[in-house]
Amino acid sequence: MSVKREDFKLLSESRFEPRKIERGYAMRTMHVDVGSGKATEKPVSEDMKKRFTGGKGFGLKLLWDAVKPTTKWNDPENEIVIGMGPICGNTNYPGSGKSLVVSISPLTGIPIDSNVGGYFGPYFKFGGWDALELQGKAAKDVVLFFDSNEGTVQLFEAPAALGVDTHVLAEQLTVAFAANEAERQNVSVVSAGSAAEHSFIGLLNFSLWDKRRGGVRVKQAGRGGIGTVLRDKRIKALVVRYKGVVQDSNKAADPALVQRTGLKLHREIIKNDDKQCKMRRQGTAHLMEVMNDYDLLPTNNHKYGRHEKGNELASWVWEKYFTQGLPDGCWFGCTMACAHAVDGFELKTGPYKGHKVCVDGPEYETAAGCGSNLGVFDPEGVLEINFYCDTYGVDTISFGTITSFLMECQELGVLNRERTDGIDLSWGNWKGACEVLHSMSRGERFGTLAGKGVKFLAGYFSKEYGADPQLMKDIALHGKGLEQSEYISKESLAQQGGYYMTNKGPQHDEAWLIFMDMVNNRIPTFENKAEALHYFPMFRTWFGLQGLCKLPWNDVEPADNAKHPEPNKVPEHVQNYCDMYTAITGEKLDPPGLIRQSERVYNFQRAFNVRMGKGRREDDWPPYRAMGPVLEDEYLAREERYDKQMKEKIGVDPAGKSVAERMRITREYRTKQYESLLDAVFKRRGWTMDGCPRPEHLKDIGMDLPEVLEVVNARIAGRA
Amino acid sequence: MIKYLKTDDSKCVGCMTCTSVCSRLYFKEDNPARSAIQVLDRGNNEFHLIACDQECRKCVAECPVQAIRVSAAGVVMIDKKLCVGCLACVAVCPIGAMRYYPGDSTTFKCVACGACAKECPKQALEIVRKEEGAAS
Repeated sequence: MSVKREDFKLLSESRFEPRKIERGYAMRTMHVDVGSGKATEKPVSEDMKKRFTGGKGFGLKLLWDAVKPTTKWNDPENEIVIGMGPICGNTNYPGSGKSLVVSISPLTGIPIDSNVGGYFGPYFKFGGWDALELQGKAAKDVVLFFDSNEGTVQLFEAPAALGVDTHVLAEQLTVAFAANEAERQNVSVVSAGSAAEHSFIGLLNFSLWDKRRGGVRVKQAGRGGIGTVLRDKRIKALVVRYKGVVQDSNKAADPALVQRTGLKLHREIIKNDDKQCKMRRQGTAHLMEVMNDYDLLPTNNHKYGRHEKGNELASWVWEKYFTQGLPDGCWFGCTMACAHAVDGFELKTGPYKGHKVCVDGPEYETAAGCGSNLGVFDPEGVLEINFYCDTYGVDTISFGTITSFLMECQELGVLNRERTDGIDLSWGNWKGACEVLHSMSRGERFGTLAGKGVKFLAGYFSKEYGADPQLMKDIALHGKGLEQSEYISKESLAQQGGYYMTNKGPQHDEAWLIFMDMVNNRIPTFENKAEALHYFPMFRTWFGLQGLCKLPWNDVEPADNAKHPEPNKVPEHVQNYCDMYTAITGEKLDPPGLIRQSERVYNFQRAFNVRMGKGRREDDWPPYRAMGPVLEDEYLAREERYDKQMKEKIGVDPAGKSVAERMRITREYRTKQYESLLDAVFKRRGWTMDGCPRPEHLKDIGMDLPEVLEVVNARIAGRA
Repeated sequence: MIKYLKTDDSKCVGCMTCTSVCSRLYFKEDNPARSAIQVLDRGNNEFHLIACDQECRKCVAECPVQAIRVSAAGVVMIDKKLCVGCLACVAVCPIGAMRYYPGDSTTFKCVACGACAKECPKQALEIVRKEEGAAS
């Protein structure tokens, strides 16, 4: 059903002078009180810029100022902050259109951050803003419209005919708010969906108008339930309009250097991608067979790492589904173009059954999490789940990990048809998985229960269904309440740290060390691992400060990358980033300076966790499924590896010992290993052995703000 | 039909008349770096002329904003009002015929106007038409 602009009843309006960006910054942020629709402007000081850089840094700073230590995700003072960063909106360097969204997460109770593409961030930025804060709640469903050319912010009552699911809603809004058909590319929408209203795993879809397909595409700020917060605020959507993106919209200090650095990478991608990751044809789905080959592809709730049908979800399968030959970037000028889609896919279940739709993805995480991890090897089953997660507004990673947990619970006899309201959750039954989604969308009992996440479910099943609490704890794959993303970490100690010694919870965007650690054995000692668990999380945090995507860093590499002493860092690309930052902002930056920018924000985020009553050593502890074999058949699936390790590393002869005994010895060893790693990492990061940033370290890195010191001093003194 | 600038390296003497004509016409200055036709000095009085063949159209497929289109005359044209200056077209061009000048916001290329061909003293340049898909 189409909706016209005049169907939107204006509730309030604020006006601003549009401001040109100078050297990557607008030097102001916008705060919107969602209840009244009143928008106000906050200046960005030089000090804020120096300490927090931008993007996620600004987002966390604004969120800190907005909330109290007692703030819950659904308190009105909780915010959704979208931060852009100085490089965001650049068109020359691939992967420069990202926004960073932060909020207090319904899953974890601490700040979540999520990196997202689509056009919203740059279009909002070019109205002259470095970040957008949304605070308060509306009394009824509203749409917020930002006209970056006119400088207006309008709060509208959502018309009754407006859909809630993204594929309907985003298209309706794009059509309604574009001046004409030719200008639909100048509009972007942020929305969630019906399942975001009934779960803690709601996401934000950031749209882009795909001119060639003549329809809306979406990219997701997936993790941590920010879409749940959006709907709790009764925001149906944010809409932005901006016309006028040009090569130098950021008014760079040295636009020619921006061009030169960008063109160098464009050329590298065009030349090398076909021989390397094939992102231009397969996107991140190229990883599927690699993970399966290395016994790392999550299968049946991360129990196994490989499946005989693994190749039924291999990259070449997806390549055939994806429409080829289109420049599928999620922002202009991204020649890595990994945002592929399946066009004309006919849905087989649910309220849109029979509709032919465009499915955004699947990306690797979705193909693994909603495919092999559910025992699903039918690509069309994966596509169906992918589509409904997106349009209903839920995170495919959390949904995949939740559903795999539910399936394992059915296998273990914890769940039965009565307890699932009739849904069959056998391994491989993608229709059952879709039923969970539809139930969540409708707000029914079982879907709503599932949507609370595995941490909650593990406790609930123990309490209500008498399940073994330790077993539930062992197989509920979450850290801090956030579901683990889709790599098998149990054979790589460094990756266990990469997942669980994170600020927001186990997401692969901080560190991906499995190959360095397990396959190539480049970081054998605790100190080596700790160094990697310092460097990579800091380095990768930097993308979020700038408005950058991680993928063009190491999903394409210079042809001679391997000759460098530290090829895993992709040194030439690190230098590109320093050059880009300098070219845009005019400020010199070298690789150590880059890490320092991240360290400030990373430690601030850790201190934020401490302020919210978390951020302790125990909060960085993984469930055992992420560390080793929980069940006997799981041990036996890798018996040779585990027995060898017992003999060579633990110094115990496995001969003659029962499986249970060998499992106990393995578990004890791995637990101790993880403790030692925690000690080494905390030490390297400048934290106490309880995981709290030390005041002297905060001083060293320039993050010794009084409010931060107050929080860490109280924790260290045992007062908080 | 496709209209394009046909080049004949064997006739070129490297006088740079073409680059002068082109850069003056489109950029009001005599500057080979701002000429859509390029003359590469290969030494030994040998020169290589580079101009778009209007046929491969990789740039058309790559442009994220569809600013590059094929005109009714069969010429690949850039709509500078739509161009976001990303330089993806420069990167995908297999012969280096898509150009940019450092600091300028949009790219440029040969649009087969024929101004250079008219002035070329050695008849190394010529505007010709070819069928779609025909080997050039």
